[in-house]
Amino acid sequence: MTHAAAAAPHTSMGVDSRKMAFWAFIGSECLLFGSLISTYLVYKGRSVVGPYPHDILNIPFTSISTFDLLMSSLMMVLALAAVQRGDMKWGKIWLFSTALLGTVFLGGQVIEFTDFVHKGLTLQTNLFGCTFFVLTGTHGAHVTVGVVWLLTLWVRALQGKLGPANAMTVEITGLYWHFVDVVWIVIFTVVYLIQ
Amino acid sequence: MSAPPGRAGGGGATLPTTGGTREHGHPTVGVYLRVAAALVILTVLEVGVFYVPAFHPVLVPVLLVLSAVKFALVVMFYMHLSADSRVFSFLFGAPLVLAVVVLVALLFLFLGALTLRGAAGAG
Repeated sequence: MTHAAAAAPHTSMGVDSRKMAFWAFIGSECLLFGSLISTYLVYKGRSVVGPYPHDILNIPFTSISTFDLLMSSLMMVLALAAVQRGDMKWGKIWLFSTALLGTVFLGGQVIEFTDFVHKGLTLQTNLFGCTFFVLTGTHGAHVTVGVVWLLTLWVRALQGKLGPANAMTVEITGLYWHFVDVVWIVIFTVVYLIQ
Repeated sequence: MSAPPGRAGGGGATLPTTGGTREHGHPTVGVYLRVAAALVILTVLEVGVFYVPAFHPVLVPVLLVLSAVKFALVVMFYMHLSADSRVFSFLFGAPLVLAVVVLVALLFLFLGALTLRGAAGAG
């Protein structure tokens, strides 16, 4: 028997129940975002009035946001690795860095949305505006939840209530954060690059 | 029930580093950094392809492949699906496949036809 098998939780399936439940949740989130992306694509190019995607989407700006979110995923796995090896000093630094990069992404989204509204694109303007804001807004709401979750963990780490024994909590937070990242990878391609 | 060969159980303590993975099956920091570098390079390629007119005839398939590779890298290494229990792969993969099937079915239903140059039928 390997060390890994020896360390497996004593559940009927040999996996941590919290982690299994969270993967099931992520599976349901796949269906949620799948439906939103489907709706965006089905209505793509069917707006009868502008502004149209090519009029207002700012690729350089969104590329920087994408880079920011990808780096936040790196910070997250570094935080998990630090917590697992009991290095709480770096665990706290990486957790806060992840939350900070998430906040920067949200700031970018606020700037983008504000710019679009000033250019005449709102939820009610056309099909593009409706599907774009619902899709990216739902993703932004998920990022917001993730930032709050990360800051909560960071505060618990500052209080000394987070350590290697709670590594699974950090890992589950990481699963959520990486899922938010992979959803953005798809949105960036489907919405911004494929116009 | 023991974990499948080469795959760790869903939880457990961290044990000493061996090769490219730690004993609980998670990649090392070095692997995380290499994956991050690959993700940045792929993103630069995506944006580069978008701006190069020569790629426009094959823009959609190229972008979809690059995006799929980035997606897989994050899921396999950052979310640890490559080393974790296959139960998690099923819980994530089954709804993902269902979502993709529904997406493709809706595109065929509403757009009539799909081409490699994108949803050209959308107008």
